[in-house]
Amino acid sequence: MSTADYKDRQFLAVIGDEDSVTGLLLAGIGHVTAPPDSQKNFLVVDNKTDNATIEAAFERFTTQRKDIGIVLINQHIADRIRHRVDTYTQAFPTILEIPSKDHPYDPEKDSVLRRVRRLFGE
Amino acid sequence: MSGAADREAVFATRQSLALMKAKLKGAETGHSLLKRKSEALTKRFREITRRIDEAKRKMGRVMSIAAFSLAEVTYAVGGDINYQVQESARSARFRIRAKQENVSGVLLPAFESYVVEGSNDFAMTGLGKGGQQVAKCRETYARAVEALVELASLQTAFVILDEVIKVVNRRVNAIEHVIIPRTENTIKYINSELDELDREEFYRLKKVAGKKQRDTAEADAEMKQKKDMQAKQDQENEAPAEDISGPTDLLAADEDEDVIF
Repeated sequence: MSTADYKDRQFLAVIGDEDSVTGLLLAGIGHVTAPPDSQKNFLVVDNKTDNATIEAAFERFTTQRKDIGIVLINQHIADRIRHRVDTYTQAFPTILEIPSKDHPYDPEKDSVLRRVRRLFGE
Repeated sequence: MSGAADREAVFATRQSLALMKAKLKGAETGHSLLKRKSEALTKRFREITRRIDEAKRKMGRVMSIAAFSLAEVTYAVGGDINYQVQESARSARFRIRAKQENVSGVLLPAFESYVVEGSNDFAMTGLGKGGQQVAKCRETYARAVEALVELASLQTAFVILDEVIKVVNRRVNAIEHVIIPRTENTIKYINSELDELDREEFYRLKKVAGKKQRDTAEADAEMKQKKDMQAKQDQENEAPAEDISGPTDLLAADEDEDVIF
């Protein structure tokens, strides 16, 4: 891991339902890159969004963009692309599963917490 | 012998024995150092996992409070602000910065959040009504995001430490179960081989000494025989001369010739 690899990572990215994204944007994490290919660092997912779109966004935030340090993803959305989230093992950017308004947080599903539990032999 | 099972391909010489001994010592030092490193990392790791567990629970609470404040905003503004917010996001106000922490030679990154002053994409949000709620909601979410950033850095440290501990443990085990036994076997092998050489050498020397002794004995015997013969001959030669000259006066006799053997 080179120094430059994470020094440039200064944004957070969100994949979430409308309310989570709105709230996080209000906190001021929203960022749109310069006009030619104005890329947003957030994706609003609702029932009509198909999994391919979510996966594409996940892919874009984790591998293509080099300026994102943390990817926040709603847990129920992470469940939809669970295989991708579970097989993601890199340190940067960090994937963080967050609860949403309609879906309470379940620590059993979280890929990192599951590892924590496994290590403690619970 | 067991040394033949698993050892390094070396010639059994004193030099390679010294080399192997140095290697064994190095391996033992390295093993104890790595073991200590692994223990330090594991300690850190356990601490981090515990904090992750706590932070995740805290995050659940913080996020629900934040979601509630957003609901308040929706109520106060009297309509959805989602679309407006999403469209007016331009430049991140809330950013993160990565710094490093050194734990036993492992660089653990940690995120730190900071706020870029002076940029506000949502100046118009809640302008009509509910501005106070919007401001409150922003603060709540900002605090939530701070908690999330902290959790994210813990999680990153977790992933990296997990990886590093695996590598270190693998090395410790490799040294303990492969390198040290093999070096010990090699030393044993060299020692036994050197002993063997010593015995061989000793036996050879003994053999040579025995042969030498035998040769000397033989030579002595031959010499003695020769001497005896000579003496006998001398006596035979002397005897007739005595007969001719008759008994001589021993005292008046000429000086005897020196006998040289």
